[in-house]
Amino acid sequence: MEIAMENKEEGKDTNNSEISITRRSVLGAGAVIAGAGVLGSKLIDPIAKTAHAAGSDNPIKIGFQAHRTGIGTVYGKWYERTTNAAAKYINKIGGIAGRPVEIITEDDGTDPKRGADVVEKMATQHKVDFVYGTLFSHVVMGSAPRAGELKIPYFVVSEGYHVASGKLNRYVFQPCITDVRSQITAVSNWIFGNLGKNVTIIYPDYAFGYDHRDYASAAAEKSGGKIVAKIPIPMTEKSFTRYFAKIPKNTDVIYHVMVGPGVLTFVREMGEFFGSNHPQLFGFIDSLEGVNISSPGLGFLDGSYFWEAMPRYADGYDTGGARFYRNAVGVNASGASKSDAKDVSTYSHMFGCWETLFAIKEAVEKSGYRSKKDYGDLIETFEGINFFNEGIAHPQGPKIFSGKTHQCFGQQFISKVQNGKLNVVHKTTIADGIYEPETDYTKQSL
Amino acid sequence: MLNWLNDNGPLLFLALLDGTVTAFVLALIALGLSLVFGVMRIVNVAHGELFMLGAVISWFAFDFTSDPLLGFFVALIFAPLIVGSISIFSERIVLRKINYHPESTIVATIGLLYVIQQLTLMYFGPEARPVDAPFYFRIQFPWFGYSGYKLIVAGMSAIFLLGVWFLMKLSKLGLYMRATQQDIEIAKTFGVATDKIYASVFALGGGLAAIAGVLIVPIRQADYLMGLDPLLLSFIVVIIGGLGSIRGTIVAAFIIGISDGIISVFYEPTLAKMLATSLVAMVLVFKPTGLFGEVQA
Amino acid sequence: MRKKSLFYSLMLHGGILIILFLLQFILPAYHHSSVSKIMILASYAIGYNFLLGYTGLMSLGHAMFFSAGMYSMGLGIYYLDLSPMNGLIFSFLFSILVSMIFGSFALRTSGVSFLIVTLMFGQTFYLSILYFSEFTFGHDGFSLGKYLEPLFIFGKEYLFSDPGIRYNFALLLLLIYVLITTFIMLSPLGRILIAIRENESRTQLLGYNVFYYKFFALVVSGTFSGVAGAMHGLLFSYIGTTFAEIHHSISPLLWTLLGGVGTLMGPLLGTGIMYYLIDFISEITKNYLLIVGLVLILMIIWFPMGIMGTVRKKWFKWLP
Repeated sequence: MEIAMENKEEGKDTNNSEISITRRSVLGAGAVIAGAGVLGSKLIDPIAKTAHAAGSDNPIKIGFQAHRTGIGTVYGKWYERTTNAAAKYINKIGGIAGRPVEIITEDDGTDPKRGADVVEKMATQHKVDFVYGTLFSHVVMGSAPRAGELKIPYFVVSEGYHVASGKLNRYVFQPCITDVRSQITAVSNWIFGNLGKNVTIIYPDYAFGYDHRDYASAAAEKSGGKIVAKIPIPMTEKSFTRYFAKIPKNTDVIYHVMVGPGVLTFVREMGEFFGSNHPQLFGFIDSLEGVNISSPGLGFLDGSYFWEAMPRYADGYDTGGARFYRNAVGVNASGASKSDAKDVSTYSHMFGCWETLFAIKEAVEKSGYRSKKDYGDLIETFEGINFFNEGIAHPQGPKIFSGKTHQCFGQQFISKVQNGKLNVVHKTTIADGIYEPETDYTKQSL
Repeated sequence: MLNWLNDNGPLLFLALLDGTVTAFVLALIALGLSLVFGVMRIVNVAHGELFMLGAVISWFAFDFTSDPLLGFFVALIFAPLIVGSISIFSERIVLRKINYHPESTIVATIGLLYVIQQLTLMYFGPEARPVDAPFYFRIQFPWFGYSGYKLIVAGMSAIFLLGVWFLMKLSKLGLYMRATQQDIEIAKTFGVATDKIYASVFALGGGLAAIAGVLIVPIRQADYLMGLDPLLLSFIVVIIGGLGSIRGTIVAAFIIGISDGIISVFYEPTLAKMLATSLVAMVLVFKPTGLFGEVQA
Repeated sequence: MRKKSLFYSLMLHGGILIILFLLQFILPAYHHSSVSKIMILASYAIGYNFLLGYTGLMSLGHAMFFSAGMYSMGLGIYYLDLSPMNGLIFSFLFSILVSMIFGSFALRTSGVSFLIVTLMFGQTFYLSILYFSEFTFGHDGFSLGKYLEPLFIFGKEYLFSDPGIRYNFALLLLLIYVLITTFIMLSPLGRILIAIRENESRTQLLGYNVFYYKFFALVVSGTFSGVAGAMHGLLFSYIGTTFAEIHHSISPLLWTLLGGVGTLMGPLLGTGIMYYLIDFISEITKNYLLIVGLVLILMIIWFPMGIMGTVRKKWFKWLP
């Protein structure tokens, strides 16, 4: 109830400002583009011109820290495509505060040490306005302190609870992807209520996995369940059968989440181990990101459940914004690349890149940011934002943003595998995932 | 004891099963490294990358034929040929130039490791790519299931191992190889073209690694970084088995494979690797001929 | 002749160090920080070179020393609330201990066996950091920044992340390593070490206990590497397993080979060249490690003595 009211107020508030007008035009224009491409771009041109007249032509540079090599590659590839699609679209509608956006991409090798170097290079060599786009949580942990030392805003798209936990610093934001703790808080009642009480957790052996271990354990116990085993798996592991042997017999539910190059092998070996006679399976879609569900050996997944942040199959969440976004990034209705059906996307993560660029746009325009000396204003303005409306800028859905924790909350989906396809069976509200803030970054000095 | 078996019997069975499959594949990879060391007295650090190339070629064959069975056999023929040629090429343009000096060879093959790995990254890309198994079925034991293809992998590895054994014992090439291994000077005086033997041993070693790559890729997928683990494991096997000894290599592959299976299932895979690496260091320090090595001239 | 060459080498090294000191006032921010990093890594390479260059033992496990120093400093500060300076001292002592234990085993081997033993010990160390991840923070590593007390220099407060502090601490470390190495190499001890490299059995016949001298060289080398690791952790505040991986053992070998094995300034030169080469190429392509491979192969085939080694042989015989 409270949330709905906030929503209304926010809407009223921004109605008077310029940005909301732009955004409305964007929404309208977007629909036109979706309908009739060429005509649409003509319609947008006048807006672009006025915007350019107001600002100058020197671009806003955004440094994109990409996982082009290393274990994060699959995500990195799609993060890059999404980022470029978003930047292209933002430039088409007049850029950020009338200035064109320039994305400067560097590979971090999914390596925390190189991540820190990349942040430094972005700030001091490329002289970017912001650094953005990191996914793997150990890279975020390695890079964020450097961003804080260099005093450059750093926007991550990582899911880790590290931002909201207070472990990082005031320059780090995670504005457009919900963190693991909130995801679990939102779906745990459904899992433990519907699937069973004795839970075995399988998770990758690093920060992101520990968030799952800690908050899933807490949530399970809260809803009367019991954790019967916790099984960490090294990220670089290639062979998994031996880990499945550790799953206790009295397990009702296997809660699994895996990342890295071995995910297909992980799921396939789980199928070989159990066959059709398995405990209930609840997976985070990470275990299947970039993987075709109809690959051989994955038939056993039929009837099992997955958390999704944004449904991979288009019919799972069919809104105007979602349709526009899917089309702009070049993803077909089953979540694979339009040009290559074998190339399956990381659909439940990459929307965060798209949305974060729009969040940056909003904050820059609201705060009147011009150059590095305005970082203070920008950060304070960002901390003052408390809602992102659903639409082309935020296709995954509306979000509540907490200025204290620099973290957003969004809706979550639970999907069931049926006939080699994911079908949404449950959607949580934003309120389901809210927890009390553990930190207040606004109290740190700038 | 009986109680323990009752509780842990299935686990032990799984550990043995998994360990045996590992052992066969490991023996195949390590045998290549061992032959090269035995005959040429050099350590090829790029050996793991030759294994990776086998897997990558297998993916291209699968992608090209879009038929798992056909692609598998195409890869099984072409992967060793291509990788063998690459081995001969690098032997000619690099190793021969530094005169097979042991330490320089290690540095040079580290260089080769990076070159092969990065060229693969350039032309194959950074993703792990799946290859469908030529035969896919599942064996259901009373306690758990197991991939049938993995057992086929073990069987085929055994066939290739036997093939190498026959080659060494019965063919003329094998005779020349053994002669070169025992004393290169005497072999030369008897008219053995030792530089050709060197080239063929290097190609054979690479070819075996490539075959192992083709066999394993439906289980593990192909990616450009997959060479490092098998390299370290085959180092371990070759050293424990005694450098250059075929029999020792195979015995050691089983010891390492099965103990890895057991420690991984009952304790942790990382612990198993830790114990194996420190065991190797200790073997080299205290018994440099390896646990099963024959003393060589 | 000896006096003359001593004079030349003093001029050269003093000159290089003075130039490095002055550079900090003109370098733009990015290169300022790059040069700080190069000096730390070059210190690591000088440590590596102490073993390879002066006793001829080639190691593939020096990342173990580097990360041992780094982790002992970091974990010491994190768990034992050590001050940064005490952390450095702790890592110094720990590095000596690790080098001694390692040396007493590994030095029973030589040549290729030594290489593989060092590789395996290095790998065991790396795996044990992962295995004890509850204590070491495993794959994540950790950031030291907020546990470091600030420094007080002439009554003014500085953070370790301050660019000037970074640069001058790195330079100081490099200076200390160059001085110690020069001092040892000019002493009788240094000449025995070189004699071992040139002909081990003859040195033994002359009545020297070769093992002790090699042991000494290895402990110096390991401790240099360890303290360089600790310094890297202190100044750049991130501590993680990437510093324990095999690649991080291959790096100093590459730098030393490129710059010149057994030369004093070779490691610095090699580190600097490779650092900027990789930095430049990684902007163009993600396959920048290709260049590492090619450099290794080309060096070992055509310039096994490295840049400084070739220069010394061809033109300046007095080069240390």
